[in-house]
Amino acid sequence: MSARDRILAKLKATAPESAGDLPDVGGWYADHRTQESTADKAKRFRHFIELAHAEVYSVSRGGWLQKLYEVLSAKQIDKLLVAPGTVHGARAQSDLPPLGIACPGYDTPIENWKPAMFNDTPAGFTAARGAIAETGTLILWPNADEPRLMSLVPPVHIVLLDAANIYNTFHEAMQTEGWQDGLPTNSLLISGPSKTADIQQTLAYGAHGPKELVVLMIEENV
Amino acid sequence: MNAPQTPHALHFMPSAGFRARAKDVVENPFLRQSFRGAMDFLMSKRAAQFPDPEELESLRRLGERIRQYNLAKLPDLLVQLESNLTRNGIQVHWAETPEEANAIILGICQKHSAKLMVKGKSMVSEEIELNHAAEAAGIGALESDMGEYIVQLAHEKPSHIIMPAIHKTKEQIAKLFHENVPGVDYTDNVDALIQIGRNVLRQKFLEADIGLSGVNFAVAETGTLCLVENEGNGRMCTTAPPVHIAITGIEKIVEKLEHVPPLLSLLTRSATGQNISTYFNMISSPRKPGEKDGPGEVHLVLLDNGRSQAYADEQLRKTLQCIRCGACMNHCPVYTRIGGHAYGTTYPGPIGKIISPHMLGLEATANMATASSLCGACGEVCPVKIPIPELLIRLREESFTAPHANPTMRGQGAGHNARISAIWRAWSAIYASPALYRAASWLASRFRWLTPRRQAGWTSVRTPLQPAPKRLRDLIKERP
Repeated sequence: MSARDRILAKLKATAPESAGDLPDVGGWYADHRTQESTADKAKRFRHFIELAHAEVYSVSRGGWLQKLYEVLSAKQIDKLLVAPGTVHGARAQSDLPPLGIACPGYDTPIENWKPAMFNDTPAGFTAARGAIAETGTLILWPNADEPRLMSLVPPVHIVLLDAANIYNTFHEAMQTEGWQDGLPTNSLLISGPSKTADIQQTLAYGAHGPKELVVLMIEENV
Repeated sequence: MNAPQTPHALHFMPSAGFRARAKDVVENPFLRQSFRGAMDFLMSKRAAQFPDPEELESLRRLGERIRQYNLAKLPDLLVQLESNLTRNGIQVHWAETPEEANAIILGICQKHSAKLMVKGKSMVSEEIELNHAAEAAGIGALESDMGEYIVQLAHEKPSHIIMPAIHKTKEQIAKLFHENVPGVDYTDNVDALIQIGRNVLRQKFLEADIGLSGVNFAVAETGTLCLVENEGNGRMCTTAPPVHIAITGIEKIVEKLEHVPPLLSLLTRSATGQNISTYFNMISSPRKPGEKDGPGEVHLVLLDNGRSQAYADEQLRKTLQCIRCGACMNHCPVYTRIGGHAYGTTYPGPIGKIISPHMLGLEATANMATASSLCGACGEVCPVKIPIPELLIRLREESFTAPHANPTMRGQGAGHNARISAIWRAWSAIYASPALYRAASWLASRFRWLTPRRQAGWTSVRTPLQPAPKRLRDLIKERP
């Protein structure tokens, strides 16, 4: 018998006869979490992610690029990694270089340029799929166009978020979007810049991931 | 139940030294201060996350229900998880013992001619002592969680499952970095120290052949591995190197994706008092064609190591509900005073006392369950309502009753001592019979001058006990 068969045989021989009904997770959330308007959710999202040291800017649907430029200028960043296969990445790549910000695209497998990614990429720009108000959390589903390391390796991560896609809770996000029917290679919840309190419980930002997280939040009334 | 097996040879400190190590720490004011301060900090952070006692209690009940439901279906869920992970392209391995788990992991490393493995925080990898095994096989295993990195540099083990370097002061870490990291001047500025760690480890993420991680939840219905972390090193380990190996105990499975949000909320709020961790990383497959990064191979090692023994008994099975938040140790008056190293096991504190005997056998852990005042704090804060005090009493019985045939636990009766058992039997007989009690107390007061001055452990820190010259019943009789 293999280790697998031995483990399963031991467990099967001693498992309880019935597990009972499925836990009522939906019922708990219905009883304990209120539903809010988009504006209220945006406010709560901002409150919590700012507590976690992220910067949030409200932008209009047409005005985010200007804010992106201002943020980069203020931080004296002259190079931004973008995803040319996305609408927002292509827009940044066409509009920012004339303003003095180089926008290399992540268009080749990481094996071809890993040292440059780790040592010479000051900032990355991605979109968020959505967000969670309750905890101030961004939802990212990296894909072939906008790969995983963009939101991790560059010391500054700038995220474009549409406030219309903010959910009340993590549970609501996954239920509404039917995540149980299929998840991508990697899906992420990000709730601030990288941090640690491993030295004498003293909070320090920029442990291994981005030191700074900037959210450009598109809101209708801006 | 099979015949008890011999405990495997690992580098845990012998349990016989538990009392001596505990005494050393209790007499060390610096360590006492470190742990007291850290535990007070973590307790107040947790309390601030649960302002509404009704919400806390109902969420704990839900968490308990989710864990018990999933444990009840564990064998089926393991098969479902394996089949969905395999469908997604993740290779699944099974290990009954730490030796098997190490052989599987090192086998994968050797297949890829790996020289360097970077590790995200994984207590299961500590449990199997993977770093020693890798070193023996000529493969570098580098811890990348800041706390784990510090502990590894100091050639120590984690003293807390969430905050591994909690026993160290920033001055000690400053000295450690200055002496061990080339070109680093002494600084005890925490931001500067973290930047030093960041710079060293960044190059390692870039170079590493293998990334190793633990798993916080494995979701059977989607075939997904979930990881909770704040630093980003877990994402680095699971994204940057060409191969990712995850290792988990067999109990960490949930059937439904929707079981994750309540457990995640309980975990981060109970552990560090955060409403959520900085990163929650869900991995469902290796790199797909066309994707530009992520490991081309992902493996999951499922480890038993005594968990199936706990599973076999209805009461002991509750041990496996644990989501490894560490709240029980943060609130434990014993852990706070003796710290994590005194226990000599991978998992210290209350959870360590109830899980370690299944991993190491009671032979090596007979005294652990006695290191408790049964104050109940651990059970009260446990986010999934594990009745830890009840389990401690059960483990004391398993350790100290005479060995019997077909034991539930490996090493049952290991702490049994015929003389002490006889004394307790006599005690019990005297206290159960009024006539015997009268006679015994009369004798005790008459012969009180025979009381020894040295009374085993009692007099090491207390004045000797001596029966009173007159019994309470005599004093009452004398009242006018």
